[in-house]
Amino acid sequence: MKENENISEEEKEAQPQKAKMIPVYIMGKRYEVPEGLTIMGAMEYAGYQLKRGCGCREGFCGACATVYRTADDYKIKTGLACQTVVEPNMYLAQIPFFPANKAIYDVDKLEPSISTFQKIYPETFRCVSCNTCTKACPQDLEVMDYIQAVIRGDIAQAADLSFDCIMCGLCAARCPAEIVQYDVGLLARRLYGKYLAKKSEYLEKRLKEIKENKYDKEIEELIHMDREPLKEKYYARDIEKR
Amino acid sequence: MYPEYMKESLKLVEKTRPARLKKSLSGEKVFTPMTDAEREEVLTRFHPDYKPDARRKIRVGPNKGESITSEVADLLESHSRINPDDFDLSRIDYDTDVLVIGGGGGGAGAALLARENGAKVVIATKLRIGDANSMMSQGGIQASVNPNDSPAVHYLDVIGGGHFDNKPDLVKALVMDAPLVIKWLEELGVMFDKNPDGTMVTKLGGGCSRKRMHSARDYTGAAIMRVLRDEVKNHPDDIQVIEFSPAVELLMDEEGRVAGAILYNLETEEYIIIRAKSTIIATGGFGRLHIKEFATTNHYGATADGLVLGYRAGANLLYMDSVQYHPTGAAYPEQILGFLITEKVRTMGAQPVNKFGELFVFPLEPRDVEASSFIRECTERGNGITTHTGRVGIWLDSPLVELINGEGAIQKQLPAMYRQFNRFDIDITKEPMLVFPTLHYQNGGVEINDRCETKIPNLYVAGEASGGVHGRNRLMGNSVLDYNVFGRRAGMNAAVNAKKVKLSKLTLNHVRRYEEELQETGIHADRVAPILLPDYTPPEVKARQLTAHYEGTLR
Repeated sequence: MKENENISEEEKEAQPQKAKMIPVYIMGKRYEVPEGLTIMGAMEYAGYQLKRGCGCREGFCGACATVYRTADDYKIKTGLACQTVVEPNMYLAQIPFFPANKAIYDVDKLEPSISTFQKIYPETFRCVSCNTCTKACPQDLEVMDYIQAVIRGDIAQAADLSFDCIMCGLCAARCPAEIVQYDVGLLARRLYGKYLAKKSEYLEKRLKEIKENKYDKEIEELIHMDREPLKEKYYARDIEKR
Repeated sequence: MYPEYMKESLKLVEKTRPARLKKSLSGEKVFTPMTDAEREEVLTRFHPDYKPDARRKIRVGPNKGESITSEVADLLESHSRINPDDFDLSRIDYDTDVLVIGGGGGGAGAALLARENGAKVVIATKLRIGDANSMMSQGGIQASVNPNDSPAVHYLDVIGGGHFDNKPDLVKALVMDAPLVIKWLEELGVMFDKNPDGTMVTKLGGGCSRKRMHSARDYTGAAIMRVLRDEVKNHPDDIQVIEFSPAVELLMDEEGRVAGAILYNLETEEYIIIRAKSTIIATGGFGRLHIKEFATTNHYGATADGLVLGYRAGANLLYMDSVQYHPTGAAYPEQILGFLITEKVRTMGAQPVNKFGELFVFPLEPRDVEASSFIRECTERGNGITTHTGRVGIWLDSPLVELINGEGAIQKQLPAMYRQFNRFDIDITKEPMLVFPTLHYQNGGVEINDRCETKIPNLYVAGEASGGVHGRNRLMGNSVLDYNVFGRRAGMNAAVNAKKVKLSKLTLNHVRRYEEELQETGIHADRVAPILLPDYTPPEVKARQLTAHYEGTLR
């Protein structure tokens, strides 16, 4: 059962074509795999059953951080195994776990200010602006810029720039100052979401109404309504314009 | 970049776009929504659940005789991974108040609330904490917060979307807790999309009558899960997380109450005994069973483990005859086949159009209706676009999102979608996406009440593993809401329960009894469950693995 070959009956005319085979080196060992596969697909094709280094398989969870190099280049590159297509003569390995520091804190007792970062993640301020983190990011985020935003005390900007972070850890793995960028970004976002974002009046109002049992009677009526009148009510409801 | 042979159809989409845009901007409905009868027709004729072999009668267990999804029946009619005789149940490795099985959003929320209510908690999870479908949900979370909306209106949308089969007490819990959940998440530091005045940005979801979908760009699930995971890790004294250790059976005591679980360390291959006063199953759904051979949007670990565990212990299943196919899975490029394209793309104005560029369905029908109409367009009507690998799909005209919401709207509000397609040189601000329904969600699950209790004492279930709240079809934004509402409730009630429980001697007799029932029924298949991980090893590799041992799908 190769995942990408699952074809439903609706797609029954499907005839997957024979792909060209290319060599890749998984942890230094050579395998021939079809062109066009992702790194993850190539590892599975080669016979690996993944436990670590495999998660959502759609680029959202950061489980499959991968380092690789191509034969004609000395540079180490980074990517997500589920999102990066194999190239001929790629040398690759996954990072199964990275023992980065995550600080323990009580979010209710924090202040949304630069001093919080100085206390919780002091190494942030050792950033040497080398931009290696940004180059390592498979999401193409401006990682160094959000670290610099924290250093300036601009939590809103750090939160905004780090928003699409999937916490794969490649930035931290490459950082010469040993900053754990993804945890710093997460702290910035939590502080922003909790303390700095403007509150919604409507939400407060609705919570108060629910507390005062404003909707209980209406809901009870719906709960006890027979199927047919309920159906009628449903199909007669007005739909807000987009 | 799209291949040459699609260019003609792409031109037609471009050609019809101005007229479709004009209608969309005029405020009138772009297409007439279906009536009850029309919905019924398209569902029975085209939804994969209605295929002749989609369901079969299950022959063992509490739901014996009931017709359920065939792949689920196979899974449940499987042998245990363990032999109860091998275990010395007096040798307990962990003793805790609350055991949470599953480290997704529901499990994390349950652990946090159990802790708040005074319990010591162990989270046992198959992969890492946060490796779950929760992390992947893109579009949003529903909550009736706007003045023109109310929990009652939300209730009506949910129960109509579920074809009136939903359990009313669960729907009530869902809609009444929704605003509270938004508040809780914001207090924890989740950043929702907001307007300058602080009000929430809300969008209209499929099958919904009000703008009620709250989002965090198209990383809504990630935004929530990252915070919940971080918060769990902030309480190491009260919440212990055991990763890469899925539960393979529940433990019971001599009074027939659930009393913990047996875990399997995927790396050292050891079994671990956890005794717990309350046990919460929060293992998520079944996408990786690849039902009807469909590609899936689901996480690698979505193998319905909790269903197997709960069922063997005697818990009832509800609506396991119903599978959700998300209308918009990627059909091209091949590398991202089946990937989720969030419904938010349609809520922001994108329209599904056929190879002639014609809109053929109201873009925001409930998911099963929308998906079925896509299948009809591709099969009976023959208006799909066929790829060189023989797959077929229809266009989701995403450039409309920019034309309706302004330039930059996609990169700002749908960055994950933009990034995903950009990796394959497709610019979705300028070109549409080719889509086809993809296996997405387990509508049913273990039956619970509004306290997340099952009919087995000390056993709680929350999130996708549970059944009833969505009836036979879940609406968008209600799964993120579901795991938050019921994860919290499960944690709270499990903690309260743990205070009064006195367990007696541990047993695995329920596993023995289940095996006996399989034998008596004459089921001698060599299937093993829970399967834990899917097996994507190619057959030619398997043929060379001459001394490898597979226990089910697991090597």
